[in-house]
Amino acid sequence: MTSLNAKDKDTVRAFWDKVSNYGEDIGRDALCRMLAVYPQTKTYFAHWKDQSPTSESAKKHGITVMGGVADAVTKIDDLSRGLLGLSELHAFTLRVDPSNFKILAHNIMVVMAIMFPVDFTPEVHVAMDKFLAALARALAEKYR
Amino acid sequence: MVRLTDVERSLIRDVWDKVNTDEVGPEIISRILIVYPWTERHFGTFGDIFTITAILQNSRVSNHGKVVLQALDRAVKNMDNIKLMFQGLSRMHFEKLNVDPESFRLLADCITIAMACKLRSAMNPEVQAAWQKFLYSVVDAMNKQYH
Repeated sequence: MTSLNAKDKDTVRAFWDKVSNYGEDIGRDALCRMLAVYPQTKTYFAHWKDQSPTSESAKKHGITVMGGVADAVTKIDDLSRGLLGLSELHAFTLRVDPSNFKILAHNIMVVMAIMFPVDFTPEVHVAMDKFLAALARALAEKYR
Repeated sequence: MVRLTDVERSLIRDVWDKVNTDEVGPEIISRILIVYPWTERHFGTFGDIFTITAILQNSRVSNHGKVVLQALDRAVKNMDNIKLMFQGLSRMHFEKLNVDPESFRLLADCITIAMACKLRSAMNPEVQAAWQKFLYSVVDAMNKQYH
């Protein structure tokens, strides 16, 4: 897999500039879709009173996750180092199977496509896909 | 519904006949814990599973492997009824145990590898293909009650 090149990073940053004000909305919708479309992901949220896709817990978590993505955009030049803490959290405490990162990334991009159909061009799509994949790799780095 | 041919069924039964579940059983859970350490998430009540030595000496780990292979044994003997057979187990793993079904896929691959270590050339490509087709139908059945 090729890594993020300069053009990809510029594309991600530019697109994020346009959509960052809607970060919370994107996060809420993406998390909701993940739980609804991939019900196996609910297995990580047994500690929530309400695991339904539109629950308050789900909305709150969507915002948290998207906050992490926003932060990762600012650290796009060194995701490994930038996400060290989160990687350790996911590896040792949360122990989320890394296959789920791809699932969530897909749902984030579905929401982006719905909310920004004109701006989410194929070029933006590929850059965002590569970025989210690189983000997932950085998160999984401490796993083993 | 996965349709297994007569040749595949015969290959699956033959290869399964060669498996000593008391020998292979303990290996499969220890492998998944060592190779995919995040799966330790599912075994919070098993005691010390945090080093390779501890995993290999843990009796609950080895027992659970045997339990899994016993279920597989029933599946080999009922190849037409796998979805129904695993309905209860699927529901339990989802509703009570909160197991990510990706773990079933990972465990399936560990089972095949543990068997390959013991069976060596008896696990030839044709046998492996039939065996994995069967195993993935079990994985599929284990996914069915997730909602």
